[in-house]
Formats: sequence, C-alpha cells, structure tokens
Amino acid sequence: MEETIIESERLTQARALVASLEAGDDTEATRIIMSFPENIGTDIFQEVGRLTRELHEAIIGFAMDEKVLQAVQHEMPDATERLAYVIEMTENAANTTLKAVEESMPVAEELSKGSNKLAAEWERFRGRQMELADFRALSDEIGEFLTLANSHSKILNENLSEVLLAQGYQDLTGQIIRRVIALIQEVEEKLVRLVAISGTARMQETKKEEVAMEGPAVPNIEQGDMLSNQDDVDDLLSSLGF
Amino acid sequence: MDKNMKILVVDDFSTMRRIIKNLLRDLGFTNTHEADDGLTALPMLQSGNFDFLVSDWNMPGMTGIDLLKAVRADPKLANLPVLMVTAETKREQIIQAAEAGVNGYVIKPFTAGTLEEKISKIFDRVAG
Repeated sequence: MEETIIESERLTQARALVASLEAGDDTEATRIIMSFPENIGTDIFQEVGRLTRELHEAIIGFAMDEKVLQAVQHEMPDATERLAYVIEMTENAANTTLKAVEESMPVAEELSKGSNKLAAEWERFRGRQMELADFRALSDEIGEFLTLANSHSKILNENLSEVLLAQGYQDLTGQIIRRVIALIQEVEEKLVRLVAISGTARMQETKKEEVAMEGPAVPNIEQGDMLSNQDDVDDLLSSLGF
Repeated sequence: MDKNMKILVVDDFSTMRRIIKNLLRDLGFTNTHEADDGLTALPMLQSGNFDFLVSDWNMPGMTGIDLLKAVRADPKLANLPVLMVTAETKREQIIQAAEAGVNGYVIKPFTAGTLEEKISKIFDRVAG
C-alpha cells in the first residue's frame, strides 16, 4: 500500500519534472530534483526533526518564562532566606518558652514548699497543740507567705503569657513554609512540562490580584515597601486619618 | 467597653486563634467565637449578632480583606468594628485595608499590650 503511494508520488514528481523541463523552468526543475531523495522514506527524519524543534522550543520557552526566571534569580535564593528565617523564629520561640518555663519552675516550687510548711503548722494550730509564741510566729509566716504568693503568682502569670505569645511562630512560619512549597510546586510543574515536551507550551498569564499578598516580613529579602513594626503601621494609618 | 460583647476571631491557623482568644480572655473578654476563614465567618456574622470582628488577612477560601469588604457592603454589618491582625506589612496593603474601612491594624507578631491598646482605641472611637 505504502509502496504504491510512493510509486505514484514518484510518478507525479517525474511528470512535474518533465513538464518543468519542457517549459524551460530551470529553477522548478532543480527544486524537484533536489527534493526527490529527501521525500522518500523520510518519516523518521521528519519525526526526529519535529521532536528536536519541540525540545528546542520548550527549552527556549522555559528559559524565557518570566516566572521561571523570577524563580531562579529571586525566589530560590529568597526561599533559602525564608527557610533560614523559619529556623530562627522557631529557635527564638523555643528559647522564649524554655526561659519562661525555667524561671517558673523554682517559683512554683517555692510556693509549693511554703504552702506545705504552713499547712503542717496550721494542722498543729487546729489540733490546739500550739503555744502562743509559736502561733505569733505562724501568723507572721502566713503574712509573709501571702505576700510571696501574690508576687509569685504574678510572675507565673507573666511567664505563661509569654509562652502563649511565643506560640505565634507557628502561624508565621506556617505562612512562610506554604510560600516555599508553592514555589517548589511551580518549578516542579515547569520541569514536568519540559520533560513532556508538549509542543504547545503556552505560558499562562498569572491572574494578578489588586494588591498581591506578601506574607510575613522576612529579613534580608526584597519584598517591596514593607513596614517593619507596629509603630510604622500606626504612623501610616494616622497619616490616613485614623 | 462592654466586656460581654460577642467577638468573632477569624484566622486559618488554630494556634493563632487560641492565642488571640487567650489574650482577649486576659483582657476580660470571654464571649469569643472562632472561624477559620472568611467563607465560614460571613454567615456567622450575618446571623450571630456579633459586636466585634478580629480577622487575619491571608486565609484560603475568603481572605480577610474580602471579608472586610463583604462586611462593609452588608447594610446590617456595615458598622461592625473590625480589627485586622495580620502578618501583612506591605504599605499598599495597609492603605487598601484602611480604604476598605478597617478600624484597626495590628501586625504579627504582636504583644498583649498592642492588642489591648488597639481594641480600646476602636471602642473609645465607637463610643465617642
């Protein structure tokens, strides 16, 4: 079947060659002669050619893709900074928490010892086994303990608040890690596409939000006009009439 | 300021919701409720008679800024005081929130003092 097609193609080409020679059209005749050998059995070469062209286009497309360029030039180094910052934040949170716990333990211990001691003496008093002089001493001790309990419970409360606030790192680092994951997924998708060599690698325009979210401010990263603390935010808002 | 006022805390991270709820409790506010993004918060606000909204910005589903816009667009909720508590510190974003009608803006990480200050400022203004 294929042979007859090739045969008939040859015949057509031969006729065209004869026709062009008879008409004195040298250029056309040369073109037909030149095209003759390549046209026969070239499927495989055509396929290799097509693949080469597609690979080439995909690589060019990959390199020209601004998002990939952006990823390689900025976001990858940024991602490293971001992850380093995650380590720093988790470390700070752990240190703050540990410090508060370490400070609190002896305070709680002191409260426990003091109350145990007083409880024993109080039992003696209730059992009417106490001299008047001892009772006076106990009364003073109770007074002192109440002052201590008051200041110690304040210390414990402050330390617990500090532990509570330190847990905010989970939200902030979570947001940063999500961004890095999104970047990795994006690059992965591009790589998969490159490997697949789909000839129609049209890069989609990313839908831009009115103001893109930037997430937590990370030191040493260019993130645009970021305010570094609450005071700056307050100043900005008051300049807007707040 | 009514310490019994009904407050909705919206944040996609449950740890942050717990932190804010605990801080609010420390400040004497115990009537607090939670939602994990704008989509769950909005129906709660529409049917729940809330007095105060504390919202994060960056959340899946519906972001805090979209929630704020939806609140201001709803005649029943338009005057609800809204405090944004967020890690977003871009100048344009803060301006955008101000334009959308936010009543206060606290950036994470924050202190209990900052939260208290912004809340009392909001309610002083509402009362005055």
